[in-house]
Amino acid sequence: MFLEKLSNLPGVSGDEGAVREAIIEILQGHPQLEWRTDTTGNLLVRKNGSSSPSRRVMLAAHMDEVGLIIVSIEKSGHLKFKSVGGIDSRVLVSKRVRVGREGIPGVIGVKAIHLQKPDERKKPFKEDQLYIDIGAKNKEEAEKHVSIGSYAAFDTECLSFGEGCFRGKAFDDRAGCAVLLELLREKNSLSFDAAFTVQEEVGLRGARVASYTLRPQLALAVEATAAADTPDTKKEQSAAVLGKGPALSFMDRTLIVDRGILQSLIEAGERTQVPFQFRRATAGGTDAGAIALSREGVKAGVVAVPCRYIHSPCSVLKESDLQDTVSLVRAWLEAIA
Amino acid sequence: MEALIKELVETYGPSGEETAVRELIDEKVRGSVDRTFTDNLGNLFALREGPAPRLMFSAHMDEIGVIVTHIDGNGFLRITPIGGVAPHLLVGQRLRFKDGVIGTVYHEKIKGLKELSWPKLYLDIGAASREAAKERVRIGDMACLHQPFVNLGERYLAKAMDDRIGCAVLVEAARRLPPSLPQGVCFLFSVQEEVGLRGATTAAYRLEPDYGFAVDVTSVGDTPEAPLMAVSLGKGPAIKVKDSSVLCHPRVRELMIETAEREKIPYQLEVLERGGTDAGAIHLSREGIPSGAVSIPCRYVHAPSEMVDVSDVRHAVNLVMKLSTRAWPLLDSGNGSR
Amino acid sequence: MNAEEIKELIMELSRTVGISGSEDEAAAAVSGYLERYTSQIWRDRLGNLIAFKGGQNDGAEPFSLALVAHLDEIGAMVTRIEEGGALRFTGVGGIDPRILPGQPVQVHGKTVLKGVIGAKAPHLLTVKERREELKFEDLFIDLGLSREQAEMQVRIGDLVSFDAPPVAMVAGNSLAGKSLDNRAGVAALVICAAELAAVCHRANLYFVASVQEEVGLRGAITAAYGLVPDLAVAIDVTHGEAPGLAPPDVFELGGGPVISVGPNYHPALTRRLEEVASADRFAVQREADPASPGTDAWVIQVSREGIPCALLSIPLRYMHTTVEMLNLDDLTNTGRLLASFARSLDRPFVEGLACF
Repeated sequence: MFLEKLSNLPGVSGDEGAVREAIIEILQGHPQLEWRTDTTGNLLVRKNGSSSPSRRVMLAAHMDEVGLIIVSIEKSGHLKFKSVGGIDSRVLVSKRVRVGREGIPGVIGVKAIHLQKPDERKKPFKEDQLYIDIGAKNKEEAEKHVSIGSYAAFDTECLSFGEGCFRGKAFDDRAGCAVLLELLREKNSLSFDAAFTVQEEVGLRGARVASYTLRPQLALAVEATAAADTPDTKKEQSAAVLGKGPALSFMDRTLIVDRGILQSLIEAGERTQVPFQFRRATAGGTDAGAIALSREGVKAGVVAVPCRYIHSPCSVLKESDLQDTVSLVRAWLEAIA
Repeated sequence: MEALIKELVETYGPSGEETAVRELIDEKVRGSVDRTFTDNLGNLFALREGPAPRLMFSAHMDEIGVIVTHIDGNGFLRITPIGGVAPHLLVGQRLRFKDGVIGTVYHEKIKGLKELSWPKLYLDIGAASREAAKERVRIGDMACLHQPFVNLGERYLAKAMDDRIGCAVLVEAARRLPPSLPQGVCFLFSVQEEVGLRGATTAAYRLEPDYGFAVDVTSVGDTPEAPLMAVSLGKGPAIKVKDSSVLCHPRVRELMIETAEREKIPYQLEVLERGGTDAGAIHLSREGIPSGAVSIPCRYVHAPSEMVDVSDVRHAVNLVMKLSTRAWPLLDSGNGSR
Repeated sequence: MNAEEIKELIMELSRTVGISGSEDEAAAAVSGYLERYTSQIWRDRLGNLIAFKGGQNDGAEPFSLALVAHLDEIGAMVTRIEEGGALRFTGVGGIDPRILPGQPVQVHGKTVLKGVIGAKAPHLLTVKERREELKFEDLFIDLGLSREQAEMQVRIGDLVSFDAPPVAMVAGNSLAGKSLDNRAGVAALVICAAELAAVCHRANLYFVASVQEEVGLRGAITAAYGLVPDLAVAIDVTHGEAPGLAPPDVFELGGGPVISVGPNYHPALTRRLEEVASADRFAVQREADPASPGTDAWVIQVSREGIPCALLSIPLRYMHTTVEMLNLDDLTNTGRLLASFARSLDRPFVEGLACF
């Protein structure tokens, strides 16, 4: 699957170009597929299988990831930034980033602990205390590489580790993109629309436009969802666990999942014996929330790959969950075709 | 009308699970309109055909509730809210699931009310084990308050007055409309209002009315040490000026006031500082829909027992009827170049 | 327009009243200017004021540019009439109650009534109370009327505007007053329309003075849906520099219009704005917005199938007070830059906006 390739690319909300180009490259040469982009940068792909479904179906996965945007360049050459999408600023300290279209390396440094007063040591660092350092000796040198508005993405190399696990950045939602790519590329009779959307992390913005354009009757967002099957978290507070298959949502902040879609997903899983779990939380939102309210209303659902430490520079997922997500969505598409 | 209100408020219908309410309303309203139909999200439209312009009155069918997120080893259920539910108002309350399973809400050990939050609450359905609980309830099942309707004489007390009372007002108004109307009228019974005016968003897009009216409850300022608000129980329905979702169209508001005054219907003016209604979604649909709202004053909104005044309800029915039967001006569709 | 005319324009627009949801008076004032330079002018169902001027596209498929500046201003609304005739009120739009005590106001009842915002006198407050910030509940409007007199003139829901005429500063070619957020943007639309009055441009132009921005970008939602422009520029204000504030949160007064970059803006549009500014020698500043800075551009971008957007902002000190301050050169250059941008557009540019 293409998770590794996609994860390594920068694609902060509003700057999804590298991801979009990589996906288009992967789509090349498949006669069943046609695609176009819109003015927001969404990539809309149509798969023309031999079946002609009675209802227009849209799958959505977002290309963007949380990251940083440069808001000013200091005299010293340090870059001030703000976060794009929801990032807990405590995870930023002492991390590597890639800045701008050139992808030049930078680090997020911090005052050495020796130089901090005792009461400073007890407080978490806030975003406005942090800088990106690209090693420039002054503002002039920095401006050769970076300008206000340049984006910075986490610099984490995706790799497999442990027992069938992957470690890397931006699994939310390159995992979903990878799932959609599998379903698009395989040769079968299925017909559907796939939207690789932009700007999910800043308010489900691409999906809203994409669904207006595509006018689906049924829609599924393929997402990554927070798993917290980790120490110090009560079992009832973890939305999902790794290794038990895709998590099906019943409700979140943006959507009450259509009961018919939820039922058809459950039946698809049971019929094909693909493991699945329920997402045991109602916080957060996905593209499906925006799609559901498009035009006259769309029946929508969410299938999500469980993923630990999302929105951080390094998240973890299990490859079997990714495969099971492909299988479950495929089974669902077959059932409704 | 009391029997209708009792039946409506006692029906199960948290946001997203409005089927029972919809079926009940459809049955009650079908004979009074030309046709009824539903859409993808579950909105119910009850339509009286007529010449342009078209009015749409919207009352939402859904009520606040909770959803099960976890079943623990001993059969206790963990829950999160659907809509604006204050956790302290649920403690000790009975909740009911769609198929009739009933439970009570309590909390883990806490030092004071300030510590009360959703993760501290659980729902006990009397199941002795996880297995026993799973036979009755699944993760994702929804529950709402379980409270009987009570007639207090001049006032009614019940759960889900917000906004079954609006539904009752529309059903009753539809029944009393004359055979001929100066314009088309749609009574919309919307879904998912409590989670963000969602049903009204797609319904207004579909129906493209010329004027929109929400018919919903509003808060009051007539209880001990209440927030400053000039709306009281028993002084008539309120004509909304503003809430956090809408600034009612000045012309629509004036025509509403004119109608109430001409028909000698008592009314109040409402400025609601926090809270929204379907009008918030309707007025921003497509190219914009001039909108207003008829509010039924209601004490203790989103608490287990909400109170409305019988005469306010009666006058609200009359106001909706008179708004439907008066002629509304045709709107030009803009003299733009497109 | 010359400097004197521009000063007169912004002073008049600052004086006019147009609180969110009731923008008629302000719309009439703006309409009086825009109708001189455009061929059609109308208000849509929500009240947005739209002026149209066709372009000359030499037989090529027409395309349209919307320039959008919000017309409405923040204000207050009467919620209750008290025993002694004082009015309780709430804010319309993001208003800081701490700026209100001692503020002269006008209540728009049956007639326009002069009033002042009062609070409990300081010498009657406890030490603890004096340390707390004032909230709406602590404030009231004094009309100098009894309850009976007030009730004959005022209803719940009547609007309250600030009685704060603009003042031209002696220094710095600057001006202070209420509602410069965003009458400055609207004035820039007028300046742009005047610049384009006698010159050729290919784009069909919509000048949109949008309503209800301060309560949630509402007018722009329906205007964008109704007009379906091929591209749009929102014109609004951004924070000007002042003591205690530092970049990147604030911008220099007199440093020129501010062009925003970020997810909300189409990169080709911001690039074009910067190119035009550089070619025509307008000094500009640059602001990076990680998400919505709360302007009409945020909703226009996702209208229908997507509308490419840019944001041009005028630096403004003391935003959402009655003494907002701007530099007149910034205002003039914003209008002129918009005109240069509009003239630079052609069909191939527009067609390229969906190609990545």
